[in-house]
Amino acid sequence: MKLILKIWRQKNAKSQGKFVIYSLDNISPNCSFLEMLDILNEELIQKDEDPVVFDHDCREGICGMCSLYINGHPHGPDDAVTACQLHMRKFKDGDTIVIEPWRAKPFPVIKDLMVDRSAFDKIIQEGGYISVNTGGAAEANNILISKEASELAMDAAACIGCGACVAACKNASAMLFVSAKVSQFALLPQGKIEAKQRVKKMVKMMDKLGFGNCTNTYACEAECPKLISRSNIARMNREFMCAKII
Amino acid sequence: MSFLGLFLMVFLVVHLGINLCLLRSDGGEWFNAAAHFMGTNYVVKVFEVILLACFILHILLGIILQVQNWMSRPVRYEITNKTYTPFLSKYMIYTGSVVLIFLILHFMNFYFIKLGWVSNIHVSPEGEPNFYLIAQDLFIQPVYSIIYILLFIVLGFHLNHAFQSAWQTLGVNHPQYNTFITRFGTVYSIVVCLGFIFIPLYFLLIR
Amino acid sequence: MAELNSKIPSGPLHNKWSHYKDHQNLVNPNNKRKLDVIIVGTGLAGASAAASLGEMGFNVKIFCYQDSPRRAHSIAAQGGINAAKNYPNDGDSIYRLFYDTIKGGDYRAREANVYRLAEVSNAIIDQCVAQGVPFAREYGGSLENRSFGGAQVSRTFFARGQTGQQLLLGAYGALSRQIKLGTVKLFNRHEMMDVVIVDGKARGIIARDLISGKLERHFGHAVVIATGGYGNVFYLSTNAMGSNGSAIWQIFKKGAYFANPCFTQIHPTCIPVHGDYQSKLTLMSESLRNDGRIWVPKKKEDAEAHRQGKLKANDIPEEDRDYYLERRYPAFGNLVPRDVASRAAKERCDAGFGVGPTGLAVFLDFKESIGRLGKHVIEERYGNLFQMYEKIVDENPYENPMMIYPAVHYTMGGTWVDYELMTTVTGLFAAGEANFSDHGANRLGASALMQGLADGYFVLPYTLQNYLSGEIKVPRMSTDKTEFEEAEKKVQERLEKLLSIKGSKSVDHFHKELGKIMWENVGMGRTETSLKNAIELIRKLRAAFWREVKIPGSMNELNIELEKANRVADFMELGELLAYDALNRNESCGGHFREEYQTDEGECRRNDEAFKYVAAWEYKGEGEFVLHKEPLVYEEIEVKQRVYK
Repeated sequence: MKLILKIWRQKNAKSQGKFVIYSLDNISPNCSFLEMLDILNEELIQKDEDPVVFDHDCREGICGMCSLYINGHPHGPDDAVTACQLHMRKFKDGDTIVIEPWRAKPFPVIKDLMVDRSAFDKIIQEGGYISVNTGGAAEANNILISKEASELAMDAAACIGCGACVAACKNASAMLFVSAKVSQFALLPQGKIEAKQRVKKMVKMMDKLGFGNCTNTYACEAECPKLISRSNIARMNREFMCAKII
Repeated sequence: MSFLGLFLMVFLVVHLGINLCLLRSDGGEWFNAAAHFMGTNYVVKVFEVILLACFILHILLGIILQVQNWMSRPVRYEITNKTYTPFLSKYMIYTGSVVLIFLILHFMNFYFIKLGWVSNIHVSPEGEPNFYLIAQDLFIQPVYSIIYILLFIVLGFHLNHAFQSAWQTLGVNHPQYNTFITRFGTVYSIVVCLGFIFIPLYFLLIR
Repeated sequence: MAELNSKIPSGPLHNKWSHYKDHQNLVNPNNKRKLDVIIVGTGLAGASAAASLGEMGFNVKIFCYQDSPRRAHSIAAQGGINAAKNYPNDGDSIYRLFYDTIKGGDYRAREANVYRLAEVSNAIIDQCVAQGVPFAREYGGSLENRSFGGAQVSRTFFARGQTGQQLLLGAYGALSRQIKLGTVKLFNRHEMMDVVIVDGKARGIIARDLISGKLERHFGHAVVIATGGYGNVFYLSTNAMGSNGSAIWQIFKKGAYFANPCFTQIHPTCIPVHGDYQSKLTLMSESLRNDGRIWVPKKKEDAEAHRQGKLKANDIPEEDRDYYLERRYPAFGNLVPRDVASRAAKERCDAGFGVGPTGLAVFLDFKESIGRLGKHVIEERYGNLFQMYEKIVDENPYENPMMIYPAVHYTMGGTWVDYELMTTVTGLFAAGEANFSDHGANRLGASALMQGLADGYFVLPYTLQNYLSGEIKVPRMSTDKTEFEEAEKKVQERLEKLLSIKGSKSVDHFHKELGKIMWENVGMGRTETSLKNAIELIRKLRAAFWREVKIPGSMNELNIELEKANRVADFMELGELLAYDALNRNESCGGHFREEYQTDEGECRRNDEAFKYVAAWEYKGEGEFVLHKEPLVYEEIEVKQRVYK
């Protein structure tokens, strides 16, 4: 395959970035998207140019590190995959591919396509856990959880924290990410004890960090590589209102 | 937003009910009676204040949220997002703005007259404005009617997204009822809009 | 250097750990605040240790090269975590879990450590459930178990195919809580470059801020290395792209012995290699073998036709299929341990029965179980794996058999540690996959998660405290000390040297070459010739690397090529040690298969008289390693031939 790539290049957080156009030839359709970028980088290094910096690690769709906005879609045009699992067979020979970093105020660009997502860590630090000390746990089967609740909690817990929801949202809202964590614990008896504090603190931090508001366009759900449902957002809204009112 | 929106939707139904009185060929008897009732009843007057507050709050909040949302993405994407989302759900601020323009126009034509801020020629012997005649004057102008119709189509799209969106924001989301809520919202927005649109059509084409 | 003292407590096996805990030294709360602990790595072992030590009141600094602790590669573990709960009432016990692990490791693991692992396994499950890890449940609400390769009982707890993710997020939550409370300080996008030793004790690290490129000095009363395994020495592996052996290699150079480097695990069920540009291999959970049947064509012509794309798998009639695992191992069938399954696949492919375009693949067929259980059951059990397979290979595994091939997955070897998880450098600890651990020569499925969390939640908090009790009088040191300065200077020089080469070939080029050498000569089947050949080739490649590598950019900036080069430079040396160790071990055991040492049926032939020891290597200079032996003494169990027939 022959491809034209239009990639955002930015030397560091402070400098101005711009799009640079590259062309690539002889790309196998079985190549993954990141492998295609590896090939580009190999060529750039040979030409004494700086390779394109992008976040990636596990390359099997679970670590949540890859964060490319490809042709108007976070993680590219395929459904339910991260950019590392996207394959070039989803593109056509001769295509122009525009690659941008996640764009959101709380996700500043570090270099090229790499952004700083520590805002997510900060939200989790506010309460995305159950406060239990090591060794202080009761026998596991003392807590019975219905299969339905545990499956729903697992659906929410599958979030990989990649930030595609923020990248897709026209408001750069982090509601899907935050609600997935809130939901996981709201659904489990272990999580109920701290539920009110958790949702209030996490939402407060989310707003403080400058994420936008949810206007229910559901772009987050449509782009989530792990298919996290918007019902989690509703659940969080419910939890939040109850926590505020009662 | 969601509470206010839902409240305004209830108001729309009431308003539509009154407007449909225009369709009676009684020379505006019912309509004027309804308008008179709405203009003089004390309960309604209290509600009027609440309603006005709701409108203003809904608009203000909408604008504040939108500004915040714009600020959340200081650098825009080169390629605008292509994610599939429900029709016009991304453009609530624009559909809302259009409705706001209409609202101002509408206020100038009716509400401000009621308050006596704007003068008009159709005044009853008791000094009360005859809203039936005012409406009739406006609706027989094709340009006004077409604008009116277009605006209501836009309002329809606004409402279509708004209805289920409001429930989602209020935390009402259950796989068993989601389809019902969405469909109800669609039916509501279609019925309300067609209801309103039918009136100028009636004045223009049928009468 | 200190003689190897494994510090195994005396007394009967089942009392050793409780005896240790009853008699260890403690640190009082006032003093805990004054003691700093550095932890490198935020995977299961690192995150759980940091959280636990933070809760206890120690001052913890934790480092990871990723943007967030939640990205550590523990997250990719799919299958599950073992524990001896015996919920299914199938006769499991702590002893059985211990015994299976020792046997699975082909009798090359330390008895006392493994027993302790089995002992704390149940507490891990309790801990994780309390943290809100959504393990699979029965309809009655109790926890569900499944069986896993190499075990005859169902003792594996799981959260769909994402158990590692859920356990890591549990530990990450606990860690985040401590970060919020201020007991743990997180340094993300930081890479450890070297350990600092002051008066014979580990006292800190030199780390590089990967964003600014600046070198930083960090002091700690003790240092814990939890940086995972070194599987990426093979270039293509199931490890993450950033997984590296640099931390354990740096401490090796500073005196921490490296144990059993040749014990590497090749996982049998991975998606086969398909091209030169390939950057990594994707694992398909071993649990697939519960319902899938592995086969190759009986006739070479059929295999050949399939390779050329002339014949489809479904067109090969039942009588022409060779279900070789069921044939060779009737008792365990498709559920034999990983090393056995991997080798059997290689044996068939080497004999010319391999399928797929490269001939390096075997079939994993679900037709029979779909027929027996229905498609929906298979979908419920493995839906996400099937979807992943289809995304990568572009073929529907419900209709056509999957194609799989073994790939490097886990390294049982690692830094030598004693019973307290302390390395041969005082005050320097290693946990999780980074240590040579409890798996002997082969790790059983669902044991890695168990070990990582055992080390972090339930072992280090005790043993590290025991060590730190002797350090309460040591005040925080200034990082202006000469030892810090020298260590930093050395790192600086090394990076400058790498940048100054300005050769013509990229880092990846060398990494790929190294991978090829390792896979071909030190992979699933090793011989004396291949190993000697490997050592020679690695040395040549290393020399070429230091002559010809090309790294654009500079040091004081984000420089991904420099990061990679630094890691690959260490792999170039580590690979040699791996081959050395494999050459030394004149026997076949677990994941280490020397073709000279096999039974007539092609199984591993161990040599217990000569090699029932842990090979702990000491660094003496580049390419110079001295062997120290820690004899393995089995008091409780009888060492037997491993039979899965």
